[in-house]
Parts: sequence; C-alpha cells; structure tokens
Amino acid sequence: MVVIDVDNVTRIYQKYSSRHRFKTFKSSFVKGDFFKALKPDELVTALDNVNFKVREGTTFGVIGENGSGKSTLLKIITGIAKPTSGRVSVQGKVSALIELGAGFHPEISGRENIYINGIMLGLTKKEIAHKFDDIVRFAQLEDFIDAPVKTYSSGMYMRLGFSIAINVNPDVLLIDEVLAVGDAAFVPKCLDRIDDFRRRNKTILFVSHDLSTVEKICDQVLWLKEGKMRMIAEPKRAIDAYLQDIAEMQEEEFEFRQKAIEEEVAKEEEVEDRREGRWGKKEIEITKVRVKSIEGKEKHVFSPDEGMQIEIDVKAKSRIKDFVFGIGIFNSQGISCYGTNTESEDFEPLSIEGTGRVICRIAKLNLINGTYYLDVATHKKDGYPYDYHRKMYAFMISSLHKDVGVFRPAHSWSFSPDIKIKPPPTKKA
Amino acid sequence: MLRLFKKGKELYKYRVLIQNLVSRELKARYRGTILGFLWSFFNPLLLMIVYTIVFGFIIPSRFPGFGENRLVYALFLFCGVLPWTWFASSSLESANVLMVQGNLIKKILFPVEILPIVVVTSNFVHFVFGLPILFLFALIMLKKFTIYILFLPVVILVQFVFALGFSLIVSSLTVHFRDVKDILGNMLTLWFFSSPIIYPVTFATIQRNKWLRLLLDINPMTHIMQGYQNCVFFGEMIRWRRLGVTFLVSLVLLVVGYAIFDRLRDSFPEEV
Repeated sequence: MVVIDVDNVTRIYQKYSSRHRFKTFKSSFVKGDFFKALKPDELVTALDNVNFKVREGTTFGVIGENGSGKSTLLKIITGIAKPTSGRVSVQGKVSALIELGAGFHPEISGRENIYINGIMLGLTKKEIAHKFDDIVRFAQLEDFIDAPVKTYSSGMYMRLGFSIAINVNPDVLLIDEVLAVGDAAFVPKCLDRIDDFRRRNKTILFVSHDLSTVEKICDQVLWLKEGKMRMIAEPKRAIDAYLQDIAEMQEEEFEFRQKAIEEEVAKEEEVEDRREGRWGKKEIEITKVRVKSIEGKEKHVFSPDEGMQIEIDVKAKSRIKDFVFGIGIFNSQGISCYGTNTESEDFEPLSIEGTGRVICRIAKLNLINGTYYLDVATHKKDGYPYDYHRKMYAFMISSLHKDVGVFRPAHSWSFSPDIKIKPPPTKKA
Repeated sequence: MLRLFKKGKELYKYRVLIQNLVSRELKARYRGTILGFLWSFFNPLLLMIVYTIVFGFIIPSRFPGFGENRLVYALFLFCGVLPWTWFASSSLESANVLMVQGNLIKKILFPVEILPIVVVTSNFVHFVFGLPILFLFALIMLKKFTIYILFLPVVILVQFVFALGFSLIVSSLTVHFRDVKDILGNMLTLWFFSSPIIYPVTFATIQRNKWLRLLLDINPMTHIMQGYQNCVFFGEMIRWRRLGVTFLVSLVLLVVGYAIFDRLRDSFPEEV
C-alpha cells in the first residue's frame, strides 16, 4: 500500500526584492504603488515537479544540500505548506519531528506542556495520561517534569519534544534533522525507537545530512538538488551519486583556488623578493604543479582508496648537477602526514637542463577525511632551496569513513567466535 | 459559506485544545506572582477603588438621572470599562498572536484560528473574574439588584461574537500589514470615547446633536455597552431590538472575519 503519494508537486515561493517589498501601509500608499508592490517580481522554485511514492513499512530517506527543498517537502507532506501545483496524499496519522518542542510555553511546567503539545499532535487527553509516564521516562525528565520549561536546558527541551512526538504513535513519522542536537546517550535511544518503528511496519520519511545513518536505516533514498529530483534509488547508489556531485562541486572550488595560485606564481617571476609560501632563487624553477588521478585526470577530491599523481613541471636556467625533488603532505592542522624526496630515496642526480617533468605517483592515499596541503620543492642536496612552494597546493579526502588520526592504514577486523558482534550492515548494491 | 461551516464544525473537535490553551494562558499570566489567580480579582477591584476616589471625591461628577449619590458615577464607569477592557485587550493581543506564535504555525498543523479564539476566550475569563467585583459594588452603591441582571449573559454573548469576528480580521491582516497593530491602538482609544462608557447615551450634548446620535447608533459597541449598563447599573430591560440588530451585525462580522482569515490562512506559515 502506498502511504505517502507525492504527485507532481511544485512549490514556488515569492521572493520580494527589497525595493518592492513593502512592510507598511505607509510606504505603499505614499509611493502610490500599493498594487504594484503586491506583485512579486521574482519567484523561487523550492520544489520542481517532485514525484514519488512511499510504500507502507518502508523508510524513505531524503538527502541534498542546504536549500535543496527538503524541509519544504516535509512541510508540504505534513500539510503546513500547500503545494503550488500537484497533489500530496498521506494515509494514516502523521507525526512530524520537524522542530522539537515547537509550541512549548516557557512559563508553564513540562507536565502541562506535554498535555498541550500532545493534544496539538492529535492525541486525546486520555491517551496522553496513559502514555505520560513513558514520555517522561524516555525524556529522562522525571525530576524536572513539574518545573517550568524555561528552566530546561536545550537538551532537555529537545528530549521532551522528541519523546512526545514519538509517543504519538503515528502511522507515518517524518523526521527532519532533529537528531543532530542530541547527546551521545540520547541519539542511540532515538535510533532504537526509530528501528522499533520500522519493525512495527510503520512508514518513516527521514531527512538528514548524516549520510551514514541514512544509508543504515533507509530502504530508498531521494536525492534533491535545487528542488529537483536527481535520483531515487537504493541508499548506497543515491548517496554515492550525491557524494560524487559534492566532490565535483568541491573540485570546481579547488580549481578556482588553484587558478588564483597559478596567477600568483606567474606574477612571482616579476617580483623577486622572498615571501611566505614561495622562496628560492629559482635556478631550477617549478613552473607548474598539478594534482591528478592515477589515470591522469586532473582532480582535487579523492577517496582514501584512490591513488594520486603529483605532476611537477620544472625549468632549469642552466645545466645543474646537484638537485633534489621533494614533496610533502600536510593536513589542515599543519601536521606533516608524509614527506619524501629523491635524495632520501637514493636517486642520484646527474644533470638537468631546460624544461622537464617530474611525476610522483602515490598508489593509494590512505588518508582520513579532510583538506591537505602540498609542499613541492627543488633544492640542493645540502638543503639550499632552488624553488620551494610551501603549502601552495591543496587536495581533499572525502569519504563516509568516520575514523580519526593522521592516516588510514589498510586494515580489517576479525573476532573469535565467543565474541558476539554484529558486522556493519552491507547493503546490497 | 458551506465550507466555512464545515471548518467551524472541524474546530469543534479541537475544543479540548482550545480549553487547554486558554488555561495555559491564564496559568502563564500569573506564573511567578505571589497572589497568582487572585490578581484577576484584585486588578478590577483596585481599578474600581481608584475610580471611586477620583470621580467620587476629587472630581465629583454628576450626570442627570444618576441621583444624589455622588459615588455612583464610578460604578457607571466601571460597568463600561470592564467589558471594554475585554474587547480592547483581546483585539490588541489578537493583532500580535499569529506573530508571537509564528513558530507554532510554521511547525505544527492545526487550525490556526484557534489562536485568536484562545485570545478572546482567555480575556473573557478575566472579564468574568471581574464581574463579582462589579456586582459587589453595585450592591454596595445601589443597594439593590434587579431581575434584569439575569439578561447579562445575552449581552455577553453578543460581545463575544463581535469580539471574535473583529479579532479574526485583525489577526489575519496584521500578518500582511504590521501597521494594523499601531493603527489599532489609536483606533481603540478613539473608539473608547465614541462609545457610551464614560458618559451615558442620555447625555444632553449627544441627544441635541443628531450627527452624534447617528455616530453612536451605528457603533455596535454602543448597544453592547448600553446592554451592560441596563442590566447592572440602571436595572432596566435590555433594548431587544437594538441588541438584536447588533447581534446580527456581529454574526456578519464573524462570518466575514472568518472568511478573510480562511482566505489568508495559507500565507501564514510564510509570512509570520
């Protein structure tokens, strides 16, 4: 049975430019443009022809960047906002965890707020009385339930809101990025509750930026971009496509930054003073540095399992016999993750003249998520620098792994049979 | 029209919520005060005492027909000010209520008209708390109660309908035109003085001028105020015809107000 049916939904918001937006009678009357001002001169399409069905008992994830229309979609499904065109139908009682504790009155006690909030979410007084203890226990607020809500910490506030909403016992649960504020003890509890829901064959629509949770709990994922549906697929595929897209955008940003650096490098030739980031007399000049994939495609966002090529174009002004090429990788905290040069790997320089190209191949990066900076240098064996580029090039590692540290050695786990442990869920690809 | 009726019926399902929100408003208002709920009695009591001192002793006011008791004007004044306060504060609060509760409107699906209804109702409860004070002073000063006091609920009903209609209009318009709030504040002052609250309708200046009389006659609040004064102060029969017309006008206002509110409803989540 289809529980949520979103049929060709488009939502257009009117964006009033500041010039036309009138907030007062006065401005509209004084300028005499009352009716002109009422006409919005710009429209923003928050959702563009969105179309999907969610079947009973499934968990449907929605991912996308900020401003991609996820929240608008949820609001339309709950009925708070109306679609400009198209139709939405939802079967059964809906409970939305959009903003927890919306509607709490700060001056009155948690107890009274539970009643009012519960009634607003569609419970009867009797049902609330019946579930009251559960709600309080789940929120861990036994000692504070009679204190006014204004004395609550934001965590307590959120827990109470979540606890009420989840105890509404809806047929359809809409969750919008609400778990982000919970502490380490509460979030797993919430996830347990969500799992419990799934087991009871209820339908969940889950909006989140936490991609690993999405991958874990969703059966199907919709990827929204700028209000348009980019993909509906099983989680792994949709998330990968989404990450790929993000990587491409980061790539563009890096390219932009790279171009700025290249321009600076070009300018350098005229200004002969030593400055931060680049020094040396340029007897052997580094004219260009490129970061590429193993296949030779220029890119800046890598997965930890990927390899990388650093391509260095050099130009020697005269014939030089003493030279070393080196690279260094630093993470964003400035910690040196790796550094090497041709001398420490026992290459014996013979001679260089004119232009040439040096390529350093890294078979597998094995780094953790983050931005990394490259040092590239040519120098003498004794360390005298010809041309030293300090952290002028950057690349990025992006993955779903949550590991920490400086690098990610290839590893695996195994356990003796008496240890009961569940392997990570491997979704069928 | 049918649609409005249907929505009104749907609203009935939310009566528990309305009831809870009203009691929440009342509880929240006096939360943290030592006297708590007693303030609902003390406020009108203190007001009445101030009126008595000012208009009984400092500037003794006598209108024809009020007899020789010079304290009695304070009672007359109180008789009008008490229901007026209900009307004025529910209008002013309604002008703000959708913005104040904006978060709620944006996040939870419920009939938003509940909010102005709650405002009018909770102010009504305050008004009701003031009534014993009114009765007490009426007993002390007039030394008599008449049977006509039993018609008070009729007057209250008319005012309730009128206040509700007005609040629905004010609350929904303010969302789009924030100026309504300020206009309303001034308008209510003017309205206060153009209703027979501080003076009786029988005041000579008014009766002599037919324009002033017309102005008072088309003002629904005139007939509502007169209703209170007839029931409590003068101990006369209420003017059925005038009050009946006012009731019809109030009903029309309620329907129009609800229609406006309903029309603008979809824009609330974006605009508040």
